[in-house]
Amino acid sequence: MRKVGWLKGFAMVLAASLVLAGCGGDKNNEAGGASATGSPSASASGAAASGDKIKVGILHSLSGTMSISEVTVKNSELMAIKEINAKGGVLGKQIEAVVEDGASDWPTFAEKARKLLSEDKVATVFGGWTSASRKAMLPVFEELNGLLWYPVQYEGMESSPNIFYTGATTNQQIVPSIDFLLEQGKKKVFLLGSDYVFPRTANKIIKAQLAANGGETVAEEYTPLGHTDYTTIIAKIKEANPDVVYNTLNGDSNVAFFKQLKDAGITSADLMTVSVSIAEEEVKGIGAEYLTGHLVAWDYFQTTDTPENKVFVESFKKEYGEDSVTSDPMEAGYVAVYLWAAAVEKAGSFEVDKVKEAAKGIEFNAPEGKVTIDGDNQHIYKTVRIGEIKEDGQIVELWNSGGPVKPDPYLTTYEWAKGLSE
Amino acid sequence: MEIWISQLFNGLSVSSILLLIALGLAVTFGLMRVINMAHGEFIMIGAYGAYMTQQIFKSALPKSLFDAYFPVALLASFVLAFAIGYLLEVTLIRFLYGRPLDSLLATWGVGLMLQQLARTIFGAPNVAVSSPTWLDGGWALMPGVVLPYKRLFIIALVAFCLFAMYLYIYRSNAGRRMRAVMQNRDMAACLGISTRRVDAFTFAIGSGIAGIAGCALTLIGPIGPSIGTYYIVDAFMVVVLGGVGKLVGTVAGALGIGVFNTLFEWWTDASLGKVLVFLCIVAFLQWKPMGMFAVRSRSLDG
Repeated sequence: MRKVGWLKGFAMVLAASLVLAGCGGDKNNEAGGASATGSPSASASGAAASGDKIKVGILHSLSGTMSISEVTVKNSELMAIKEINAKGGVLGKQIEAVVEDGASDWPTFAEKARKLLSEDKVATVFGGWTSASRKAMLPVFEELNGLLWYPVQYEGMESSPNIFYTGATTNQQIVPSIDFLLEQGKKKVFLLGSDYVFPRTANKIIKAQLAANGGETVAEEYTPLGHTDYTTIIAKIKEANPDVVYNTLNGDSNVAFFKQLKDAGITSADLMTVSVSIAEEEVKGIGAEYLTGHLVAWDYFQTTDTPENKVFVESFKKEYGEDSVTSDPMEAGYVAVYLWAAAVEKAGSFEVDKVKEAAKGIEFNAPEGKVTIDGDNQHIYKTVRIGEIKEDGQIVELWNSGGPVKPDPYLTTYEWAKGLSE
Repeated sequence: MEIWISQLFNGLSVSSILLLIALGLAVTFGLMRVINMAHGEFIMIGAYGAYMTQQIFKSALPKSLFDAYFPVALLASFVLAFAIGYLLEVTLIRFLYGRPLDSLLATWGVGLMLQQLARTIFGAPNVAVSSPTWLDGGWALMPGVVLPYKRLFIIALVAFCLFAMYLYIYRSNAGRRMRAVMQNRDMAACLGISTRRVDAFTFAIGSGIAGIAGCALTLIGPIGPSIGTYYIVDAFMVVVLGGVGKLVGTVAGALGIGVFNTLFEWWTDASLGKVLVFLCIVAFLQWKPMGMFAVRSRSLDG
């Protein structure tokens, strides 16, 4: 019996320290935002939009595999909230962030979204990263008529009336980058991706586009998420001898792939790769030495030359340390907060339907350049950029679309894309 | 022809990595029967050990010495994981012997805690470890076949670890005591062996080897708080397939899974290749539930 008592005690200690560890992580990450927004964790139990405060939800994975990327987006969103509060808030109210952890688990995202909407009565939610998490939250937002701002590039073929998409859809990232490759005479394309919805949908689009424009898909390979051995894939790439590898791998697999590619004696001079999930933050984690010379397609780089971006990068470094970098999804999250605030000001109300109506056509001078909300599909106009990774981990722009591109999530303006959206 | 040689080498290389991540588990799970779900986190600790060593070398020592960081990191990772493993055994694992389900849940919880701890200390994003320059490049065996030095190094490291473990377990007094305790705890205790000390030391050694694996894996893979989860399933597969409790079984299991995985992946694709390997393992375990090399034992619990 004594032994059982011991164990019970230990189990409690274990549970307690687990909770403590979780809190510790959050506090650490929120060091910057918390000071401006009051205590986010304490606010969860407070009353809803009362007096001079308005609550908004922030729902990203702060633990689990996806926290690698999502924590940084949460940081930039908190920074935007802090900046807006410093300028007097929205409609005279200070914004109070309720931060929740999606824990890299899709049902948790749905559950926390429901909690934010029905218990905390937040005016809007900024959150999500993977398409799986967005698809899990979508029915909750539609059912409770909430408002979600989703900040990451994704595979398109979606436009929910309750979601604003501030990341790129396919015609603002993937489609122009394939055009760019074809123009460069890179016709033989090897498609490599992680095995889930985004790469598979993206590759379906790329294959149709290549077939219609004189390119050729030499192979299509998928590896499970978290796959860490790429020797066989690299042997297959050598065998297929493509002009370019189009890389839609996500997360840690990129580290393994690029390290092993270099080990196999293949550099960016021998084989061009274009990646759509590697931004400045990921470059830091992979090591710039492995990525030098490889290409990426995004709508924003830390080096993007606009006055707004200078301010953005500076304040971010001030807030989160000299070593921190800014990336496309972080910028999209930051922009989302500002767009929402602008829509609320224009509507003169926090009500979802009024904000949605007012959001149509709203313009904002973002770090990436001017963005405009498209009233029809609630995506935003964005400038497409292709860049090359340099030794210092920064990405230097090689090409851009010359101006903001109209979002077209269903690719209706492309002849070759007919039938893809079914 | 070149393809066959390089694929054969790839298979061998994958096997060596599998063996490296499974060796520690072969001790903690294989010998001690603790379903050690925190094994992956000890690999993670080793990886961060390498990262910390690198940071110290970068900031405190002259640049010319930087390449020497890796051997130091291997040692540091072992010591770090060993120490944490020892602590874990003393505070938790020792209450869980003979209770596989409890050990599974408790070590899983410990794994989550360690992940969150790493996230708190090092931040959620991955960190980069630059490999020493003497491991860059490869050995050109023939035109079209390059054997990367890092892979060769890992194969050599595994061979070394295996040999050291063999010497320890089968040729040293400490190893003899360890085997005695694992085979018949009561009898060993009667003969004056401190089973407590042996248990703690054994678990710590298993953890330390996982630390070495983590350090070596920084050469070819990511370093982040949750990398342990990528390797844990493979590690268990190797130990279970090889036969719980036999070192030679672990070697055979790793070779089998590594070579077949590479071949299947070559013929089909990565996802399907993995499925086929698992199918083969399931079929094999139906035929031989004890794995390739079963331990013959007179005790009823097997």
